[in-house]
Amino acid sequence: MLKLKNVQTFYGNIQALKDVTIEISEGEIITLIGANGAGKSTTLMAVCGIVPPRSGEIFFMDEPITGMEPDKIVSLGICQVPEGRRIFPYLSVAENLDMGAFLRNDRAEIKKDMEYVFDLFPILAERRHQAGGTLSGGEQQMLAISRALMARPRLLLLDEPSLGLAPLIVKQIFEILSKINAENNTTIFLVEQNANLALKVAARGYVMENGRITLTNSSKNLLADEEVKKAYLGL
Amino acid sequence: MDYFLELFLGGLTRGSIYALIALGYTMVYGIIELINFAHGEIYMIGAFTALIVISVLTLMGMNTIAILVIAGVVAVIYSCAYGYTVEKIAYKPLRNAPRLSALISAIGMSLFLQNYVLLAQTSDFLPFPSLIPDFEFMEPYAHIIGSTEIVILITTAVVMVLLTILIKFTRIGKAMRATSQDKTMAMLVGINVNRVISVTFVVGSATAAIGGVLIASHVGMINFYVGFIAGIKAFVAAVLGGIGSIPGAVLGSFVLGWTESFATGYVSSDYEDVFAFLFLVLILIFRPAGILGRSEKHKI
Repeated sequence: MLKLKNVQTFYGNIQALKDVTIEISEGEIITLIGANGAGKSTTLMAVCGIVPPRSGEIFFMDEPITGMEPDKIVSLGICQVPEGRRIFPYLSVAENLDMGAFLRNDRAEIKKDMEYVFDLFPILAERRHQAGGTLSGGEQQMLAISRALMARPRLLLLDEPSLGLAPLIVKQIFEILSKINAENNTTIFLVEQNANLALKVAARGYVMENGRITLTNSSKNLLADEEVKKAYLGL
Repeated sequence: MDYFLELFLGGLTRGSIYALIALGYTMVYGIIELINFAHGEIYMIGAFTALIVISVLTLMGMNTIAILVIAGVVAVIYSCAYGYTVEKIAYKPLRNAPRLSALISAIGMSLFLQNYVLLAQTSDFLPFPSLIPDFEFMEPYAHIIGSTEIVILITTAVVMVLLTILIKFTRIGKAMRATSQDKTMAMLVGINVNRVISVTFVVGSATAAIGGVLIASHVGMINFYVGFIAGIKAFVAAVLGGIGSIPGAVLGSFVLGWTESFATGYVSSDYEDVFAFLFLVLILIFRPAGILGRSEKHKI
């Protein structure tokens, strides 16, 4: 479904991604793990067209999307829940959700989807008229995921959804991600520092170090891998 | 009491004009954090375009109200075209450059447009005909407020209501608010940010042009330099109200208009600008972000 082929990106003269090759099939949950500054977020931003690759190619459903404008990429069905959630702070919860459905015109369906996410996260329904910036971290993460779902993505990219949240809320969010994947056949590309958690949800994983993919395997094998254990699982 | 009312309404009229210009500053700042110094020139170009259209139509012997409306519409279209083009030429290529570069580009654009009108037209003050007739129903109040002022106040009110509807309820308005709050996230939900920025410049130019036509028919003359002065005043109003905030720009404009009006009426017209800027300094000392401005908050 999504294919990155030898992608290289730069911030000025600093190379952030080196020869990154990743492949995801439809309906899969895969994860990209690595330390701070490894280039995980940049990988997602490259897919979304925010940080276009200097060389290499990105394909979505076998069509090249390298160098496309971000709004075109979203219209193909790729949605990102970015690091730090990035809720529009002065828009209400309902307006934030509306923005998620920005490229859609089917009002009735949008309304239905809003009911669907309120069903997933009842707290958001309660707070629908509140400004996004006043929500707690966990609520904002729920809103960020809901906002992405409002676009009816075929591929959902998540950047550190567990960051800064209480373990109970993290558990809840990951359960819902599995549910979304199972119910809507939404493909999920999960970036996490919390490798233990990510590898339990995902079927396969990639390990990134200094902008390079150093290892890829099934989650089961990665969890058993001595190097991964030492570097990312704290065992 | 009548004198007070006269000054009050005079300040309100002035404030309305400032507001029409200040909106452009504050909207552009809200979206790309740029002080668009060429904005005053857009307003001046609006007034000049209207003057040319009025001259031609008057020769054809049309009804004055019709002339004013047509001139206003043409001025708006021209100013929008200029605003759009200025953004594309002078700011868009600098989108990812340091902010100072875009600011210098804006000052350059302002000087360029002034001198372009100077060369294409004239350096002299040109008389601008007052096309708004003295309404009969206004006669009893003529010592407090003139017909032109009433037209200015009503037009401004209508523009404000339309703008509020645009920003609060339309798709593009929501996109504008989202873009001003987080540009990257706006891109990630599929907003074409470049288009939003263009629309912002066009809307700001339109309100500035309306202000330009109204004030020109109020004051009765224009030259190539009027945009600079009015632009600075409107910019002050926008900062006063809290730059980036639309209600703030309107409020700041009225506060500035009243300050000037009362200072002129009760003290001396020589002190008009002194009081205006003194007030700005005082407000910024106690509220550095402006009356309705919000200081940046970040949640980690």
